[in-house]
Amino acid sequence: MAGAPAAAPVSLRATGRVARRQAISRASRYVLLAATMVGVGVLAFLAYDVIRTGGSRLSLDFFTSYPSRRATSAGLRSSLIGTAWVMATTIVLAIPLAIGTAIFLEEFAPRGKVTAIVRLNVANLAGVPSIIYGILGLAVFVRGIELGGVQLLPKLGPSILAGSLTLALMILPMTVIASVEAIRQVPPSIRDGSLALGASRWQTVWYHTLPGAIPGIMTGTILAVARAAGETAALIMIGAFAFIAFDNKSLNDSFTVVPVQIYNWTTLPQEAFRVNAAAAIIVLMVSVIGLNLIAVFIRERFSRR
Amino acid sequence: MRAQASGIPRHLPANWAPNGPFTTPDASLSSLSKPTKTQTGRPMAAERTIPGSTDPAFLERQLRKSIRSRPFEFVIVGALWLCGLVTLLTTVLIVVTLFEETAQFFQEVSPAAFFLDTNWQPLFEPETFGIWELVAGTLNVLFWSLLFAVPFGLAAAIYLSEYAHPNVRRVLKPVLEALAGVPTVVYAFFALTFITEDFLRPILGADKVPIFNSLSASLVMAVMILPTITSVSEDAMVSVPRDLREAAYGLGSTRLEVAFKVVFPAALSGIIAAILLAVARVIGETMIVAVAAGSTPNLTLMPLESIQTMTGYMLQVGLGDAGRGTVQYTSLFAVASTLFVFTFMINVLATIIVNRYREAYD
Repeated sequence: MAGAPAAAPVSLRATGRVARRQAISRASRYVLLAATMVGVGVLAFLAYDVIRTGGSRLSLDFFTSYPSRRATSAGLRSSLIGTAWVMATTIVLAIPLAIGTAIFLEEFAPRGKVTAIVRLNVANLAGVPSIIYGILGLAVFVRGIELGGVQLLPKLGPSILAGSLTLALMILPMTVIASVEAIRQVPPSIRDGSLALGASRWQTVWYHTLPGAIPGIMTGTILAVARAAGETAALIMIGAFAFIAFDNKSLNDSFTVVPVQIYNWTTLPQEAFRVNAAAAIIVLMVSVIGLNLIAVFIRERFSRR
Repeated sequence: MRAQASGIPRHLPANWAPNGPFTTPDASLSSLSKPTKTQTGRPMAAERTIPGSTDPAFLERQLRKSIRSRPFEFVIVGALWLCGLVTLLTTVLIVVTLFEETAQFFQEVSPAAFFLDTNWQPLFEPETFGIWELVAGTLNVLFWSLLFAVPFGLAAAIYLSEYAHPNVRRVLKPVLEALAGVPTVVYAFFALTFITEDFLRPILGADKVPIFNSLSASLVMAVMILPTITSVSEDAMVSVPRDLREAAYGLGSTRLEVAFKVVFPAALSGIIAAILLAVARVIGETMIVAVAAGSTPNLTLMPLESIQTMTGYMLQVGLGDAGRGTVQYTSLFAVASTLFVFTFMINVLATIIVNRYREAYD
């Protein structure tokens, strides 16, 4: 068209109202991007603030000393050991149970009312606040259940075992949901092939379904473990708030964990303890974000099928 | 799909039978496959053709029989049943413990005082237990955190689903989701030390901002629920079919108009579910409000006041060592029951909305 010498040049540029609509739409991209970056910015600033406050406190002494009334000599030793004990026990208790529940729901449960109720129930449990689990742990595990003079559940006191049982119940629903999703992703043709060749249902699950679902299950499990590692309220409710100046040796010991120690230091009035709290936050965040990254990595690595 | 309803695993065809004709030459089961003659060539007797052989209930029975004939399998399936029951048992335990101790509480405090009194003062004489001050604290934080989180969360969802280049989205989404993985005690520290002291006080004036105030907790809470709102509503927006967008573009809409007038309404049920999930997280969150919002029950929705939420009170009692049987101890369970009822209703509402108002485009 531009070649035609007599015609006035035709412009495809919009004018008037249309131009205004397009300009608003173009501008909206940057407004929305800015809104998206608020979250990212806060995360970055949180990291900066914590490192600025607590970075200088990170030294070997900080990891190897017990809590103390003097901020400069207080450390994370007992809470790190407590966290390791609680997390290990929680994993041992919760993960097999969660995978078992998921297999039951997806592969073995009769498709009926009962299963529908179990599914709905798992979804609802996932929405129960952690502090309610803490209260459950306090009433059931710490104080025990006694019915008519018979001790149905033993009194565990504010022990590692009671804390782990509480956390295990807390992360059970989300682990079950993730595992169910992962098992569902395994193509039915694999099961049919296995069954057609005469494998039993359990053999099919064990040799074919589970291996295909493992990456998804691991992703969900790691995220759940990261959540348990950062849990504070439920453990305070069951009484993990003691001053611990010894190394945990058994499941019956009283204990403290890193998040509870952070809470403790944050609420103390002296400014020096804030530094300790920030340093402990660096330790906790590195572990939790590390776990999250591992989960993301597994998801990315195995998501191509 | 009758077979699905009555117990055959859904990935198997309806006429499937365990240990079928090829592994166990069982006459009754071989009638499922085509041949009407047995291997000896004798025509099959009429009664050997089982009339209900395509009946799911019959197949179900065969399935059970084959499980029992393998002891190892039987044990495994039994163990899996037990696993399935643990989740039910958890719910039963929660409901029973909450109910039992709450009943104890209502023997000492009348329900009328609990629901109608507007003063919550459990630790000093005269003890009064009016739940509304704690509910108001929770609603206060809920209102202010949603006020900030909903616009930003939805803007981020629209950006990620409608504007962002796939590569940008692949990076931004996990970063935003990392916000959900930050332990809440870290947010609590951030709210108290940074938001209150370095942000609100210099801006609004130190005399106007008490050290414990609901606004700092709400702001940090908003950051905490951002990924919930963004992630869930972005999933809903992405699943709006391309045709709707293409049609709108074809009629001359700009990208912004497509996003707000086509995609947003089409994904509304998912967006509402996302917000409800965020609401449930806010009212159940403990550490942020316990550290940053104070421990003064206060019947107010003003942001610059020291307040106490339901969860904040529960943690306060948990920190002190209220003996079993004292009214402080049972009040813990009364508040917990209230909280449980709130979150339960919100979760159920979210499920109903997602199921009933889901726009099915398949």
